[in-house]
Amino acid sequence: MADNGIGASVRRKEDNRFLLGKGNYTDDINVAGQTYAVFVRSPHAHATLDSIDTSAAQAAPGVLAVFTGDDLAADGIGPLICGVTVTSDDGEPHRAPMHPALAQGKVNYVGDHVAVVIAESLAQARDGAELVQVDYGVLPAVTDTATAADGSQQQIHEVAPDNMCFNWPFGDKEAVDAAFDAAHKVSTLDLINNRMVTNPMEPRAALGEYNSGSEEITLHLTTQNPHVHRLVLSAFNQLAPEHKLRVVGPDVGGGFGAKIFVYAEELVVGWACRKVNRPVKWTADRTEAFLADAHGRDHVATAEMAMDENGKFLAMRVNTRANLGAYLSTFGTMVPSYLYAFLLAGQYATPLIYSEVKAVFTNTAPVDASRGAGRPEATFLLERLVDVCAADMGLDPAEIRRRNFIPTDAFPYQTPVVQCYDSGDYHAALEKALSLADYEGFAARAEEARSRGKRRGIGLSSYVEACGIAPSAAVGQLGGGVGLWESAQVRFNPTGNVQVFTGTHSHGQGHETTFAQLVCDQLGVPIENIEVIHGDTAKTQFGMGTYGSRSLAVGGVAIAKACDKLIAKGKKIAAHALEAAEGDIEFADGSFAVAGTDKAMSIGEVAFNAYVPHSYPEGVEPGFDENAFFDPLNFSFPAGTHICEVEVDPDTGVVDIVRYSAVDDFGKLINPMIVEGQVHGGIAHGVGQALLECARYGDDGQLLTASYMDYAMPRADNLPSFDVDYAPTDPPDNPLGVKGCGEAGAIGAPPAVINAIVNALGVKHIDMPATPENVWRAAKSAA
Amino acid sequence: MYNFSYQKAASVDEAVAAMQAAEDGKFVAGGQTMLPTMKHRLASPSDVIDLGGIADLAGIAVDGDTVTIGAMTTHAAVAASAEVGETIPALAALAGNIGDPAVRNRGTLGGSIANNDPAADYPAALIGLGATVKTNRREIAAEDFFTGMFETALAEDELITAVSFPKPEVAAYMKFDNPASRYAIVGVFVAKTGAGIRIGVTGATTCAHRGKRLEQALGGELNAAAIDGVDLPVDKMNADMHASAEYRAHLVKVMTKRAIEACAA
Repeated sequence: MADNGIGASVRRKEDNRFLLGKGNYTDDINVAGQTYAVFVRSPHAHATLDSIDTSAAQAAPGVLAVFTGDDLAADGIGPLICGVTVTSDDGEPHRAPMHPALAQGKVNYVGDHVAVVIAESLAQARDGAELVQVDYGVLPAVTDTATAADGSQQQIHEVAPDNMCFNWPFGDKEAVDAAFDAAHKVSTLDLINNRMVTNPMEPRAALGEYNSGSEEITLHLTTQNPHVHRLVLSAFNQLAPEHKLRVVGPDVGGGFGAKIFVYAEELVVGWACRKVNRPVKWTADRTEAFLADAHGRDHVATAEMAMDENGKFLAMRVNTRANLGAYLSTFGTMVPSYLYAFLLAGQYATPLIYSEVKAVFTNTAPVDASRGAGRPEATFLLERLVDVCAADMGLDPAEIRRRNFIPTDAFPYQTPVVQCYDSGDYHAALEKALSLADYEGFAARAEEARSRGKRRGIGLSSYVEACGIAPSAAVGQLGGGVGLWESAQVRFNPTGNVQVFTGTHSHGQGHETTFAQLVCDQLGVPIENIEVIHGDTAKTQFGMGTYGSRSLAVGGVAIAKACDKLIAKGKKIAAHALEAAEGDIEFADGSFAVAGTDKAMSIGEVAFNAYVPHSYPEGVEPGFDENAFFDPLNFSFPAGTHICEVEVDPDTGVVDIVRYSAVDDFGKLINPMIVEGQVHGGIAHGVGQALLECARYGDDGQLLTASYMDYAMPRADNLPSFDVDYAPTDPPDNPLGVKGCGEAGAIGAPPAVINAIVNALGVKHIDMPATPENVWRAAKSAA
Repeated sequence: MYNFSYQKAASVDEAVAAMQAAEDGKFVAGGQTMLPTMKHRLASPSDVIDLGGIADLAGIAVDGDTVTIGAMTTHAAVAASAEVGETIPALAALAGNIGDPAVRNRGTLGGSIANNDPAADYPAALIGLGATVKTNRREIAAEDFFTGMFETALAEDELITAVSFPKPEVAAYMKFDNPASRYAIVGVFVAKTGAGIRIGVTGATTCAHRGKRLEQALGGELNAAAIDGVDLPVDKMNADMHASAEYRAHLVKVMTKRAIEACAA
């Protein structure tokens, strides 16, 4: 069907309001009687809270209230929770320190929440916050991922001896060790995965309103998952019962993971609006975003590969230290465990893998999911190690990949690390990418660059990731506290237009267009007559939200299933109206027709009949409005090969990405333009990690990169024009034949970039970010 | 931001009088450094005296071999000026590469040099070209104007009115951007005039300075190879997370050579 159905690059319906400044973000919302919250934050990374004197602040002009952790505790509010349990090697669950929304007794990172001041104006709240007198007993800070748990450091939480959250071994250690002992060759690599600040364009914000008549709290939040926020705030933080709490995530200006989590400020604002019986608004400034948004990545690891004489991978061994920050964020434990170690097979048929992850506490901001979440860490480690293996074996990086890829006829393929890949053709993507990147012609280009004093390098990254999260039973087995199905409701109005309610959330991804295309394609309704509605617990039935590239692969299927139900019901209605047997009704292109005749009625007419059932089939309910839930059968496994070509200026260390080719398998594309945009953005994110971004703490726990003056984000002039193509396969476990695409670029790009730099310089490794000075030093050492 | 009194001056005399009357006053030109600092509550002047209403502080004039640019002339105006582009193209290019379009449309020459950020671009140009800073009281040679980190020869109530630049035979500015802020990690302005070659260096040390060792090595010739043997004092260089002192010293030489090559091209 339809010019605007599946496969059409329809222009994004939502862009009209975004591009014209007509979006409705949380900070755009102002209500009568609104007050303002400002948080008093710890200037120290680690300190006892010896006393808090709020009297001067309470007395300041315009200040309505000053609250501390004691006030929250007295009302039984909080603490914040971590929703996924990881079992440590001693058989005990991970160590979970108390995480109060406002600190009690102690602060554990710079930016930790000490008190909140509520005032009539923002300026008055700021003035009040400066008047809160806090006596801190400063303690030594722990910031270094590698040494935080080595026994030499200051203890942060009593419940976590040696700052260890969990030590999580996975795999058959004996078998892996034996394979290493018998190997022809072992390649080894030490590497870090640099800490990132996620940096969505819109800072986090919260606006709480309390209706004392209905005893209902409405909380407008920058959230990627309004129902998850409501569930956690109700069930675990005691803010209000679910039916008395409405969470609204209106237009949200990017998330990239950072807006999944339930944060202290959100809980405090929701509680404080009832406490002062006035609406309370809080909007983070950019400094607060740097200090107190959950950060991403931050691993230190050693990776080893055992090979036979042909460069075939026999076994892999990985030892990882992962920094979880000062407290456990909502899904903090899951990222360096299940989302990381279960991806260590990559695209390779490595039969044996052993991984040990030690997750540690430090006096830094909590670390949680950030675009890719665990899979970029696994992919960077593996794809760098594979290049080291190639060098050690004297093989071309493309050739060692070919020799070790999971064969195309081996799908579905059970890896040794839990995941069972449903579909893939890794050879096809590699060969297409090599051709797109003119891999053959690289030597000549490198030669030409050398004549100009530049060094060219080319780097491959053949990634696979697991997204479309996730089958609920698997989540439960792994210690997750939720189901990860998705829901949809597709409602015809009597006049024939359609409202699609989805439990996913769009914060830039273009769902309002993609989902409308799905419905347009399936029901034959013009796209302009379809509205996609999300982000309000009072409007949508339920939903688990958007992260882990799940919206189309899970939420899209739920929409399709609701459409199936409408078609089935429509056949009954049409059969009655057309005086035919239900079994003779065929539906196509928006029309119910009696097979073999010219008798037909449109789906709009069917909908009208359903709402005006004057002549209607017996036993059929009126109305044309269906709900569906979909629990995925498996994860979604997008994969591909990215090839990056760089030119390094050895005199300055500046890396110029001159060419970037990406060939991905995302299954069927609903809107190729939107997919390509996701690929571009993901690659930009990955290039940012590879070349520019790093959250650095000083030894005293001060965040040194707390503004854009020092934290370098990728910009247009850091990026080339990308060459993007696809090598799709059909995933049998997904009813729509689709895979997730939102994180793939951020997962695939970092090793492609670093492999290219390493290739240009002829060195073994360079850590991210490959800043000009680091590259200059590496170039000098290699010269 | 804390409360302050705001006054928009209509003339240089009015601005100076307002400053003298203020307890802890500050002139504001484009405000591109000052306003963010105030927003973060890191500065709290009692009085902000806005120079934006003094018409004769903005503008560009060429008189023979001298280009005079009013203190309130924006970076964007300098970058777009046909006169500057014709007389000192390196200066127009420098202005066109400061910050981003929003900064260039508000930020001014006078504001930049009065602030004297150690990583600002303009100070390198003033020193490299041997410019003269004109104030409401006197004229100051560029080399004497920049006295230290965020410090200048200006008195509290002294106001820059213009800067005059002599036209060079040839000049070039090479900047190595901080990848985050896009300020200069190192910026080198090389100018050849009838009086010889001058080199202004910014970003490398606590204050923009004249690269005398580099100038001496050149011996009046625009010969990039002559820079190779220069030994720059690493201990005088700035060091931060973006660039060590050793790397900065190296970059000064690389940027100098590239500026010389651009002059020679």
